[in-house]
Amino acid sequence: MNIGVVVFPGSNCDHDCQYVFRDVLGQDVTMVWHKETSLAGLDAVILPGGFSYGDYLRTGAIARFSPVMGAVKKFAADGGLVLGICNGFQILLEAGLLPGAMLRNESLHFICNDVFVRVENAATPFTGACKPGQVLKIPVAHADGNYYTDPVTLAGLQANAQIVFRYCASDGKVTPEANPNGSLDNIAGIRNAAGNVLGLMPHPERCAESVLGNEDGRLILASMVEGMNAKKGRAKALA
Amino acid sequence: MKVKIHVTLKQGILDPQGKAIEHALDSLGFKHAANVRVGKYMELDLDQTDMAKAEAEVKAMCEKLLANTVIEEYRCELV
Repeated sequence: MNIGVVVFPGSNCDHDCQYVFRDVLGQDVTMVWHKETSLAGLDAVILPGGFSYGDYLRTGAIARFSPVMGAVKKFAADGGLVLGICNGFQILLEAGLLPGAMLRNESLHFICNDVFVRVENAATPFTGACKPGQVLKIPVAHADGNYYTDPVTLAGLQANAQIVFRYCASDGKVTPEANPNGSLDNIAGIRNAAGNVLGLMPHPERCAESVLGNEDGRLILASMVEGMNAKKGRAKALA
Repeated sequence: MKVKIHVTLKQGILDPQGKAIEHALDSLGFKHAANVRVGKYMELDLDQTDMAKAEAEVKAMCEKLLANTVIEEYRCELV
């Protein structure tokens, strides 16, 4: 697989994503500068974490107008897998590729901590290697991760199983105490209606190999690779 | 003309910064202050003499970039 990692001015998790996909998962990785207008030849696109454009105005508000975002929109519309992590999630929201918006954390603190999330939908291209209801420990690092959307949109997300990850306690219980930032309905990650675009606040690329003491994040990134490999295998078998 | 733009969180959306400031005001003894809302103020020069066109242009700027209308509202003054 050839995974594209978009680099915005101020991205700072781009090399972590490159490292995990290339060195841990053995895939080809192409770094895509935000001025690029084509994503030809890529099997999936990652919008990494960081502080694109210094978080000026609002997180992701300026990055969404980077030239590459036109190509990302087209890539998503054509069914390509797009994963937005942290600032990448914020950019997907600002770009309208996912519904809702991020507010400042309820505590007003920048939160840099391990959190637990429950896999609410294991039948997505991003969670195929997870068990339904599985609890993952993944770090978050953000000041604006307080997910908000209007009640009608929220009901739609719930009804269509678009909420993929919820903040929970270590035993999997979704409680207000386990919600680090005030997110509506403990939302940590959502997908679009078509299912090929996912945004999440936790950083799976920061916990994807055993030497770091936690491999839970690897499940998410490996799900993408395994799913795409299986799809390509099926297409080859049918050809 | 000069354009002055205020962007604030919509009514009904919790404003954690506003709440923190409200508590600080309260602890300083300003007991009459309530409902603090924090927002952004922007100003810009607009090279446009037609008022209707200027208003339309500023509205487009706000809708497209300056405010996120999922969570924010804006008001503009053209002077």
